[in-house]
Formats: sequence, C-alpha cells, structure tokens
Amino acid sequence: MLYREVGQFKTSYAADQQVFPIRQDRIGVVLILLVALVVVPWAGNDFFLSAVAIPFLVLALATIGLNVLTGYAGQLSLGTGGFMGVGAYACYKLVTTFPDAPIIVHVLLSGFAAAALGIVFGLPSLRIKGLYLAVTTLAAQFFFEWCFIRVPWLYNYNASGAIEVPGRQMFGVTLTGPSASSTARYYAVLFVVIVLTFLVKNLIRGRIGRQWMMIRDMDIAAELMGVRPLHAKLSAFAVSSYLCGVSGAMFVFFYLGAAEPSAFSVTLSFQVLFMAILGGLGSLVGSFFGAAFIWILPILLRWGMPLVGMPLPSETVTQLTSMIVGALIIVFLILEPHGLARLWQIGKEKLRVWPFPYA
Amino acid sequence: MNAIAEPPVLAAPDDGIKPGEVLLEVNNVSLSFGGVKAVTNISFDVRKGEIRAIIGPNGAGKTSMLNVINGFYHPQEGEIVFRGEKRRRMQPYEAAASGIARTFQNVALFKGMSTLDNIMSGRTLKMKRGFLWQLLHYGPARDEEIANRRKVEEIIDFLEIEAIRKTPVGKLPYGLQKRVELGRALAMEPDLLLLDEPMAGMNLEEKEDMSRFILDVNRQMRTTIALIEHDMGVVMDLSDRVVVLDYGKKIADGTPDVVKNNQDVIDAYLGVAH
Repeated sequence: MLYREVGQFKTSYAADQQVFPIRQDRIGVVLILLVALVVVPWAGNDFFLSAVAIPFLVLALATIGLNVLTGYAGQLSLGTGGFMGVGAYACYKLVTTFPDAPIIVHVLLSGFAAAALGIVFGLPSLRIKGLYLAVTTLAAQFFFEWCFIRVPWLYNYNASGAIEVPGRQMFGVTLTGPSASSTARYYAVLFVVIVLTFLVKNLIRGRIGRQWMMIRDMDIAAELMGVRPLHAKLSAFAVSSYLCGVSGAMFVFFYLGAAEPSAFSVTLSFQVLFMAILGGLGSLVGSFFGAAFIWILPILLRWGMPLVGMPLPSETVTQLTSMIVGALIIVFLILEPHGLARLWQIGKEKLRVWPFPYA
Repeated sequence: MNAIAEPPVLAAPDDGIKPGEVLLEVNNVSLSFGGVKAVTNISFDVRKGEIRAIIGPNGAGKTSMLNVINGFYHPQEGEIVFRGEKRRRMQPYEAAASGIARTFQNVALFKGMSTLDNIMSGRTLKMKRGFLWQLLHYGPARDEEIANRRKVEEIIDFLEIEAIRKTPVGKLPYGLQKRVELGRALAMEPDLLLLDEPMAGMNLEEKEDMSRFILDVNRQMRTTIALIEHDMGVVMDLSDRVVVLDYGKKIADGTPDVVKNNQDVIDAYLGVAH
C-alpha cells in the first residue's frame, strides 16, 4: 500500500538509471542513513558501538570486497582474511612510519598494498577457474599468515609479535588507541564504509561492473564483446582486495586495538565468505544483511536467551551459533542460493503488487 | 508513429569499402585439432553489404570457420584478410575491436543480467571513460552511459522487445533470448555480423520474425552478414551468395540458384549410391 511506484514516471534515461528509482526506496535510504548517523551514536551505549556496530560495519565492507570478486566477477576466493591482514599490517607500518598524517588517510592508503598483492595473486585466475582458483587464493591466505609471523619488519620487531594500535588523532579527536571514544571510532568507520559503498555501487552499475558480470556469466561471449579477461579479472581482484585491505585496517585500528597474526586466519576468510553467501552473492545490500546476520546472531543469542528465561553459558552460545549458522548456510544453499538479498527483493516485489499475488 | 521508417541512427561504420567490394577474405585456411581436420584448405570471400550463407551437413566445419574468423581458433595454414588487412593470430577481443560481432548456436547470453544490461554489454568497446570517472559515475561517465543507453533503446525498439527491457534474460523464452542475443551483437555496430544458426529451434512464426530482422539489419543498417543456417528455405530466400562445406572442404560457392542445382551439394545432402 505504502510501497507503490504507481504514478512515478521516468522521463529521462538518467532518471531511469538512478540507484533508487522508486521514491519510497529513496526515503528508506535517507532514514537508514539518519539512523546510522544520529540515532545509533545517540542511543547506543559503549558496548553496542564497540562490539556490535563497529565490527558489523567493518565486516560488511569486507563482505562487499569479497562480493565484488566472487559475486560480481565470479572468481571464488578463500583469501579474504589474508588480504584483510595485509591491509592491517600495511596500515600499522604507515602509522608508525608517518605518525603525523591523519589516520583515515593511512587506512585508505593501506588498501592499496592489499590491492597490489591482490593483482599478483589474481594472475592465476587468467588460466584457472572455480575450485582450482579457490585453492590458489587459499595459498595466498597461508602465505600471508606465514609472513605476519615470520617477517618481523611487519610488526616493527615487537617482542610480542603482535601489532599494537598507537593513539592517533585527526582534527583534534582521538580516533585510535585505548583512549579513543567508541563514538569517534564509530563515525570514522561509518564514514569510510558509506563512501566506499557509494563508490563501489558506481563501479558496478557502469562499464566496469558490467565487464565483471560478463566474465562471470559467460566468459567466451564477454571476450567477443571486446572485454579483455586480463583487465576485467585483475581489476576485480584489485578492487576486491582494496576493500578487504581497508576493512582489515579498520578491523584492527577501530575494533580490535591490537592484533596477532591469528586474527587473520582462514577462519576469518570463511566467516566473510559465509556472510557473502548468506547475504546474497552479487548484491551490495546483501553484504550488509549477511554481515549483520552472522555477526549479530551470536550476540542476540548471548543476550537474548537470558531475557526469555534461558540463560546459556557462553561456550554453549558459541557452539549453538556455529550449529545454527552452519545449518542455515546449508538451508540457504538449497532453498535460496541468492541469499537474504533475494528474500528482501521478493518481499519488495510482493509488497508492490499487494493485495494481488502478481502484477 | 511515423509510417515511414526513419533513417537508422545505428549503422555499420563507414570504412571506405564500397558495397560489393570484398570485406573479408578467407584464403586457403586449414584447421586441425590433433589428427582431426576440421577445415581443409578453404577459401571464400564476403562482400560488403551482402548476406552470405555458410551451409553444409553436420560436422562440415561451419562453426569452426566462424571461430577462425573471430579469433577463437588460430588456423595452422592460410590467412584471413579483413578490410584489406592481413591478420594471423588474433584474440577474440581484438576481432571485436576490429568490427566483427557474433551470435552463438547455443544462446550465450549473460544469464544473471537484464535484457537492457545484456545489450548494454555490446557497447563495451564504445565506452571509453576510465576507472576514476566510473568511480564517481558523474559528468562524462554519466553522459557516456546515457548516450549509450539511447543507442541501446533504439535496438530495443528495432527488435520490438520493449516489454522485456528489465527482465533477467534467464527467465525469457528461447525465441526471445535469440532476439536479445542479436540485439547484443547489433549494439556493437559491427562491420561484419556473424550469425551461427539464428533460427535453430524456432517455430515458423519466430523464424519469419528473425528473417525480417536479419533483412532489416542488412538493408537499414547496411551491415554485412555471414550466417550459418540449416533451414534451406530461409537460406535460399535470404542470402545473396552461399558457400557449401562438407567434411571440412568447400564443395560449392555461388548464388542460391547455382548452389541448389550443384550435383556435389545434392550428393552431400542426400547421399550418393555407391
């Protein structure tokens, strides 16, 4: 009833091609942005911002990164955790080498290190596909993990072998380190995620995104339309690794505060892959759904079960979440391979023609 | 609506070759896979502005011939001359850039994309704006996107597929998928359009529609067409000249009337008593 596009006529191609052609969607996006910018920092306590909102946004960005590669360009990757680690260590090196530059600049620059390595490890994709490519990205994952342990230059020869986030300020506000407020860190993460999501959306709806999808859907026909597989695949690897790198840098600098190499293990790669699959491959909004689902479900279980009179010990919650998430992934793969994003889309379609079953 | 067809905005590029002159020349091409000879010593030409049919029984090497022309296969012997330029090893994207478009025997659309996006993908080579403009999707990149959308909409009008503009192509019936694939090839504004069995699996009505589109493309856009087809009625009606292959060899070449009465062709199709 409320969600109708009746009477909303498009008189130009520009209007028809906008990201949110339906007015109600535009209102919805403005509302979500308002909630994220005003309501969450105002109403959320320190725990909510630090342990829920910030990691959710960071992991959503990593999921978008993986989605660019796997969902849009069709190249399966298991190296997400490794590329996030590259971003984190690059950012650590940048911050300790140039302590005076603003931290956000470092975070955004550190993605380029991940992008460069992404291109290198994307080269096998020109020859191999599917599961075999997944194995080479897994090799990248283990190689990076090995580097994080064995190359002391990366962690500035710390005795502990871990990277500690130093306190850094930007415009007089402390953004990183132990003394940074959760609100400041939340705004920093939110800013980066909004800007990068917007830019990725632009890439996807233009020529470059179409080239990725052409390669994904039918690589032979794509070549025949003039797509060079080298450019299309490596640009997907670069953009994907950039996003994962930035996400990894934020993961350490705005969420963890300190990180050991094990933070970027293959477990993280799989966690992000599950987020992408559950959320919906080839969908940006799905990346947020997937990250929210997998990150927030355990927290809900931990905090929600006592409220309904079923207090659970924390190790039970951990195991329960693994079981629920595992089962849901199987269910989704069978019933809705396009994930939560497709459910969302179906819901909107139904709403548009309600009360009739179809238009 | 205007009763008289307006001059088409989409048209094959003017490359200085006049209608009737040779556009593509295949000279003594041989192609083999290991010990299997797919194509043996074949020569023929395609003239600017004509509809050229390639026919022959199954396994005669027709599709292999198309694959050689647009760079999927590299012949062991012989050469291809396109617009007077000799070429030897060419990648498919280079063939695309030189103005050769193609449809496939089994529909090869981008299944996850809408009709509009599929046809837009044919404009890939016409879009030049780089990565940074694309990131912003503003100014020149946006203008370019809209200018190409306008061209694509002309093709959508031409092929009468306005109603399925936003439908994912995977959901379309086979006949429409074939039509979208033709649209995608047309969006490249090719010099030479290769059609691999454009009517395979269609009913009579769909075949008539497709024949009409092929003739219109040829006449209005002045696109040179080389097509493979098994429906002899269609081939004889549409094409200006026909080349007949059998077991990888050329057995006849000429106007439909000449080919129809050629004894070798009749033997190849009907078999010979031994």
